[in-house]
Amino acid sequence: MAKAPSRRRSTGEGGTLLDIRNLKIEATVYPPGEAPRKVTIVDNVSLTLQRGKVLGLIGESGAGKSTIGLSSMGFGRGGVRITGGEVILNGRDIMKGSIADFRKLRGNEVCYVAQSAAAAFNPAQRLMDQVVEAALEHGNAKRADAEKRAVALFKKLGLPDPENIGKRFPHQVSGGQLQRVMTAMALCSEPDLIVFDEPTTALDVTTQIDVLAAIKDAIRDTGVAALYITHDLAVVAQVADEIMVLRHGKLVEWGDTRQIIQEPRQEYTNALVSVHHIAHQEKKPGKDPVLSVKNVTAAYGGGVIKVLKNVSVDIHAGQTLAVVGESGSGKSTLARAITGLLPPEQGTISFAGKPLPGRLADRNKDELRQLQMIYQMADVAMNPRQTVGTIIGRPLEFYFGLRGKQRDVRVAELLDKIEMGKGFIDRYPAELSGGQKQRVCIARALAAKPKLIICDEVTSALDPLVANGILKLLLELQAEESVAYLFITHDLATVKSIADSIAVMYRGEVVRYGPKSDVLKPPFDAYTELLLSSVPEMEIGWLEKAIKTRRMESAGN
Amino acid sequence: MSPVLKLIAQRIALGILLLFAVSVLIFAGTQILPGDVAQAILGQSATPESLANLREELGLNDPAWLRYMHWLGGILQGDLGTAMSSGQDIATSIGSRLWNTLFLAFWAAIVSIPLAIILGLLAVRYRNGWVDKLISGLALASTSFPEFFIGYVLVYFFAVKWQIFPGISTVYDGMPFGERMMAIALPATALTLVVLAHMMRMTRAAILNVMQSAYVETAELKGLSAFNVIRRHAFPNAIAPIINVVMLNLAYLIVGVVVVEVIFVYPGMGQYLVDHVTKRDVPVVQAVGLIFAAVYISLNIVADIGAIVANPRLRHPK
Amino acid sequence: MLDIRRIPIPALIGLLLTVLFVLAAVFAPWIAPYGNGEIVGDVWAPMSAAHLLGTDNLGRDLLSRMIYGARITLFIAVLATALSFSLGSILGFSAAVFGGWFDTLLSRLVDLLMSIPTLIMALVVLSVLPTNLVTLILVMGILDSTRVYRLSRAVAVDINVMDYVEAAKLRGEGSAWIIFREILPNALSPLISELGLRFIYAVLFLSTLSFLGLGVQPPDADWGGMVKENKDGIVFGIPAALIPAAAIAALAISVNLVADWILNRTTDLKGGRGNG
Repeated sequence: MAKAPSRRRSTGEGGTLLDIRNLKIEATVYPPGEAPRKVTIVDNVSLTLQRGKVLGLIGESGAGKSTIGLSSMGFGRGGVRITGGEVILNGRDIMKGSIADFRKLRGNEVCYVAQSAAAAFNPAQRLMDQVVEAALEHGNAKRADAEKRAVALFKKLGLPDPENIGKRFPHQVSGGQLQRVMTAMALCSEPDLIVFDEPTTALDVTTQIDVLAAIKDAIRDTGVAALYITHDLAVVAQVADEIMVLRHGKLVEWGDTRQIIQEPRQEYTNALVSVHHIAHQEKKPGKDPVLSVKNVTAAYGGGVIKVLKNVSVDIHAGQTLAVVGESGSGKSTLARAITGLLPPEQGTISFAGKPLPGRLADRNKDELRQLQMIYQMADVAMNPRQTVGTIIGRPLEFYFGLRGKQRDVRVAELLDKIEMGKGFIDRYPAELSGGQKQRVCIARALAAKPKLIICDEVTSALDPLVANGILKLLLELQAEESVAYLFITHDLATVKSIADSIAVMYRGEVVRYGPKSDVLKPPFDAYTELLLSSVPEMEIGWLEKAIKTRRMESAGN
Repeated sequence: MSPVLKLIAQRIALGILLLFAVSVLIFAGTQILPGDVAQAILGQSATPESLANLREELGLNDPAWLRYMHWLGGILQGDLGTAMSSGQDIATSIGSRLWNTLFLAFWAAIVSIPLAIILGLLAVRYRNGWVDKLISGLALASTSFPEFFIGYVLVYFFAVKWQIFPGISTVYDGMPFGERMMAIALPATALTLVVLAHMMRMTRAAILNVMQSAYVETAELKGLSAFNVIRRHAFPNAIAPIINVVMLNLAYLIVGVVVVEVIFVYPGMGQYLVDHVTKRDVPVVQAVGLIFAAVYISLNIVADIGAIVANPRLRHPK
Repeated sequence: MLDIRRIPIPALIGLLLTVLFVLAAVFAPWIAPYGNGEIVGDVWAPMSAAHLLGTDNLGRDLLSRMIYGARITLFIAVLATALSFSLGSILGFSAAVFGGWFDTLLSRLVDLLMSIPTLIMALVVLSVLPTNLVTLILVMGILDSTRVYRLSRAVAVDINVMDYVEAAKLRGEGSAWIIFREILPNALSPLISELGLRFIYAVLFLSTLSFLGLGVQPPDADWGGMVKENKDGIVFGIPAALIPAAAIAALAISVNLVADWILNRTTDLKGGRGNG
């Protein structure tokens, strides 16, 4: 290794900071009951990053983006090894260095911000000790100076009570705040490069925008360079100078942000950019709703914790009601109340004009059949020990008494409907991809020929393109079978694409409800305004605009 | 009162409650005999007079709950009753034996706890390497070995073939410390081997769990030295699970000590218990059983308190 | 379906030894060179062509005693395991699925039983009960069923809250379908490996009781009892007691190896298909 790198950052001036050439990363996987085998995670990827610039790495899960980010620190997670290529940081190939050399650069030249700050902080130590630790370890600063710097960073990142927040333990601070503290921790040792690994993905949408703005300001003001890893193109478009699109460990396209989102050259990039554009004509509500929820109040713990307060919504045949809200808004509880898992304390739920018994046990088979459900995690919504044939076939047997050949024919039909084909009939869920699993769950719900399907965050665990496919499928099926959907989601972009009417929920109450065009038309109530203005749009400069509008409003209030 | 103190107080209160429940269970356990205790003790050839006398002596004419209250009342005042077989006061006979057993268990614990933690750390450090495999293999073997196999193999080699340590552990009051240590060398080793494997396996799992957590990765990505990663980030979070593992395994000591004392003819509580089970001396069995259970329950309470104290969420509430 | 070449070597060794022990137990009268209680030579005669393992403390052929001992050891251990397993898993599953007071009552009772070390509780009970095989099997089986109860309850509770079980409940399925078609197939692999562990524990527990003189009574002897019979020879350098002790260890290790392998096989979620 060349002489120890200079610790003074060359402010403002250009020059290459990071140069990765022909990177190849492999891992050994140990599938249960099988021989271990080698898989290539990153294949022949090259990139360069100038000082003070931000490069966004974007791709679906399994694209190798986190692995590339960590390779800039010479780090491989759980059995991952860098097997080829060069990683040149500050003019030297770090792959030629020893473990001790890696330690000198980690937390010093390059710092890391993890997706889940809640897990990434040591629960047994105060925040300040953890924030200044790297700076002290590398001898960049004395304790008092490092703490002063940390407080300044806390202030810059908009943390409340910056003087004292460092005295708290991680569990005493909220998720959005922890993510900012983690950013402060990365900035505290004044690195040349920070690797942000999905830093806002785990946050609620209204929190995400603040954290994103704080990160962006901090990057700009300190002049640090960054690798910003995310699966959300709209997010990365707000912070990155350049964007690199990855898929299956290979480079798809690399260009400056404007070019990638406005004139994508590759088909895959184009698909990512236009992911939220689904043509859907809003349908006018019919006369008689298929499901009518009237003044429903529900609570956990024997009436102690009220989770639904006086909720009323209608769903019309063949239409989609989207229920939007952040975590804790009560939107999933509404689904539990409708399905009978949490009988309402007050209010009524009627189905096709007839009142539906509150308790699941009191409903008859036909009432159960008419109302089906699709879950967020398709993984755990299917019995791992049943084949696709059994999973889809069971409702046919159970509700319609179909057996043997008749049943198989119908299963094959349903598999066709979900665009999978009957070759899947004897597969186990573990042998399917994420998107295929969710399709099988859709087929299981359809098998009952229901009038209404409750879709609980059905796309939020999926990659954007796969999620898009699922949404399109759901809309097609709605047109064919004229089934109604109660679509629970936190993602407003999804809502805009598929809903006919919308209910916005906040702390157990419906704060805004009506046909989509009305709900999305100003004037807004405060919460809907906040929610709408927080959804990142694929537009450069959106973040600044959104923050500005928000500041003006709070000044106006 | 701080929430931690409150939790600890709750835990101790629960432990005391449990102890009472256990005393009922132990007492009930000796009442399930189909037939008559006096008959069982004296055998079929007993005369009606001697049977009646013994019944009177044992208080068998009273209802069971009254006998339980008498028994419990005595214990709470330190009176463990009289042994039927010898007529001696149980508390007096137990005195030196309890001390002997604790002495043996103490030295086995002193050796096995650090050894288990070090071996557990080594297994994690060289995970999937030959050190780990060797340690896991030995652990598998030693969990499958009955205590007396380990004990007699030790006797066969160290006492008979090589004659380094005595094969029978005779101890007496006023024995010099050095001689006493020589006497318990083999039983303590056997006991150590009995608990070591379990303790090590579980320590390995506990440390591995902490080492794979995101905050240890964060520490590594700060460029901390391996020592600092462990000292500041892994160790403070591994304390609670390790305390738990250690305490759980000291419970194995209690069972192990019974068998090991019989093997080495060591005058402790375990041998005393087994002797009197054979003699069907119910008062002794009840008293000694209760003492063993009390020790076991106390160890569990200590483990839980350790876990409560080591939990930052409880020490520093929101 | 089961290709013998695909069984890993340790599991193969374990399987081989286990089968050997079982065969010895089943065909004891035909295999054993001498009778069980037959005195055939000097006390503690060394190994020889006539007595492959030598003779015991009364001059009986040790090999023959070992073979008959395998019979008693396996017989009691198998029955005790069967009892503890069926009792524990049925109660554990029921507690998880039905919940309520049934669950609370059983779980507290099990907590109480488990707050006393098993051996101590067994000694307390055996101090008054008559010493015979039925008592032994009942005491071992009931005391050990507490562990099976805890495990099967925990496993079933975990599975019971999975979305696929909720989906079945929403479909309107009855308890039988939910227990046997949704929960049981997914609980099987932890339970099977537990079965192996419980059997090993039963063997060790029985041996310990017999060694302490509270298990199988003379003139019959299981392996633990044979250790007791021959232990006095150790101080004279006669290793006769080590042979049954080693047999117990070998049996326990073998079953462990087999259980590990079965656990690995049954956790596979692709119905045994190797390719991804």
